[in-house]
Formats: sequence, C-alpha cells, structure tokens
Amino acid sequence: MARLHAAEMLRLAVAVCGPDDGEDALQDALVSALRAYPDLDPGADVRRWLLRIVHNRAVDQRRARSRRPAPIADVADRPARDPAPPPDRELWARVAALPPKQRAAVTLRFVADLSHREIGELMDVSESAARRSAHDGLAALRGSATP
Amino acid sequence: MSDVERRLGDLAPGDRAARDAVDRALERAALDGAADLAYDSMDTKLGPLLMVRGARGLVRVAYAGGEDADRELERLSERLSPRLVRAPAALDDVRRQIDEYLRGRRSTFEVRVDLTLVGPFARRVLDATAAVPYGEVTTYGDLAATVGRPRAARAVGNALGSNPVPIVIPCHRILRAGGGLGGYTGGTGIKRALLGVEGLSIAEEAPS
Repeated sequence: MARLHAAEMLRLAVAVCGPDDGEDALQDALVSALRAYPDLDPGADVRRWLLRIVHNRAVDQRRARSRRPAPIADVADRPARDPAPPPDRELWARVAALPPKQRAAVTLRFVADLSHREIGELMDVSESAARRSAHDGLAALRGSATP
Repeated sequence: MSDVERRLGDLAPGDRAARDAVDRALERAALDGAADLAYDSMDTKLGPLLMVRGARGLVRVAYAGGEDADRELERLSERLSPRLVRAPAALDDVRRQIDEYLRGRRSTFEVRVDLTLVGPFARRVLDATAAVPYGEVTTYGDLAATVGRPRAARAVGNALGSNPVPIVIPCHRILRAGGGLGGYTGGTGIKRALLGVEGLSIAEEAPS
C-alpha cells in the first residue's frame, strides 16, 4: 500500500521539510503508519490517511529542525557523491523566506502536486484560503526572482 | 506554466527516487520492529524462492516468484498480519544458508522456525521430519510410527504437503515405502534435485 503512494508521500515530505529532511520524515511517518494500519477502518481512504500521517510527521520534523541552529550552511557543504541532481538551493531559500501559510501552500501545491482541496484539508483551512495562499506565495516568489 | 512553477515542480523528487526511499524506509521500519513480518525473495537453481520471517522465526519458504509470490504474500498478510514488509537485510542469514545448502556446502540450517501456519499434528510430523539427518531418508510409514500414529501414513503425507518451510524442514527426505519418490509441494523434479544436492539419487517410480 505504501509503495503505491511512494512518489506522493516523498514529494509531500520534501515539500514540507525541504530536500534534506524529507526522507527522515517519511521514515517516521511509515513507522507510524505501520503501527496504526491494523486499526484502520477497512473502508478508509488509504491515500488520504497516508498523506495526513506524512504531513503531520513532516511538520513535526520541520519544527524540530527549525529549533536547531543553521543547518543549511552545513548541508550545502556536503560532498557531491549523492547521485540525485543537486536541489535548487536558491529557490528553496526563497521559499523558506515566505510567510508560513504561503510557504506551506506553495510547496504543497507545486512541489507535492496536491489539489487546493487536499491542501486545505491538511492545513485546516478552506479550499479557497488554500488557493489564495498558494497564489500569493507564487506571486511573491515571482517578485523575488533574480533576473 | 511560469518559470517559478516549473522550478518548484523540479524540487520534487522523481518517482524512482521516491520508490527507493520508501523501500529503504520500510526496511528500516521493519528492522526496528514496526512490522510483524519481513520478506524477501531469491533466485535459485530451483527457481525463485520467497522467504518470510516474523519475530518468532521463519514462517514461510515458498517456491514462488512474480504473481505467485504476490498471491502468497497477500494470503499471509490476511492470515498473520498486514504489517508485512520487504526487508532483505532481515533475511540475510536465511538467504545465505539456503544458498550454501544448495551448493552442497551446508548440511543443517541454523534458523529458528515458527510453525504457526500449521496445526498441532502437522507440527509434530514436521518436528520429526526436522530430525531426519542430511543425506538420509525415511518413509511416510516410519514417520507415522515416530509420531505415534503408525497407521496414519496418509495423514503424515498431508502434513508434509502442508510444510510451510520446505528445504529448511527437509520434507524431501521422506519417501514412499519401497523407495518411491512420493509427492512434493514444489514438484517431484525439485524433490529429486534436493536429494541430489545431498548425494542421493532415487530411481524413477514404476507406474502403478
């Protein structure tokens, strides 16, 4: 079940935590999901349930990380043996500088590729509020773009 | 789509990376005890083998790959636990021992077995089967006598047919009275091959 939604789960975790902590958040989320799975209502929407768990864990991870000092500089110095393409640090930094609601909505919309309705559910706001935050965040990012 | 939108989309990990990440995460979760059952498969000269282990030991070895393996996993997740996770590292020792056995470099398995999938009579039969030494054979009738049911050779045959951990519990060492090969879950070709690994060759059965 988890592998079926693998791409969405990791995209969501990365969207919330950024490129370096997404996988850790995913790991925690899957442990929680495995523990809770036997109690899941058989008729439940597994995808929605998984995305909710991943989102909660990713938000926890992000909060824990933000209490620790200056991780970005360290991480950027990491040797380039990772075969994955280097994350777009410049854009991540600009995303991180957005107001929290806009940052959350923009990444859930354009990195995690969720619908405005799903974003509203995860953020506990209305669908239209989610759309507005994503729109405002995108506009802010365009405004801050370096030519 | 704007340039910023495209670049945001590029921040997302690809499907392949995601599947790998989920597999890694599930394996670590399984090793941390969050899963009840770990499984992996291996290719052997006898065909693909599926191995499944729980906290109390090895619960299943199946001659199954591909869709057959998927069906078997589905069945086990319904019977035992849905928390069934592919975790190759959790089966390293089993894989190594089976590989050594099939190369003729190992005569006993040092793996704890959990016979939770079978009933009490089959357990007794399989325990007695596990005591038949490498390179030796016995008959359904003799095994029936060993478990105290001398007239139950057929029931013993059924119990052996339900062996959830073939190879590790050597039900291939049990033959018909008179030396006929008898049946085998993976097919008599595999039974013959396993006996061959142990240096035994069994004549073709006369048609009855």
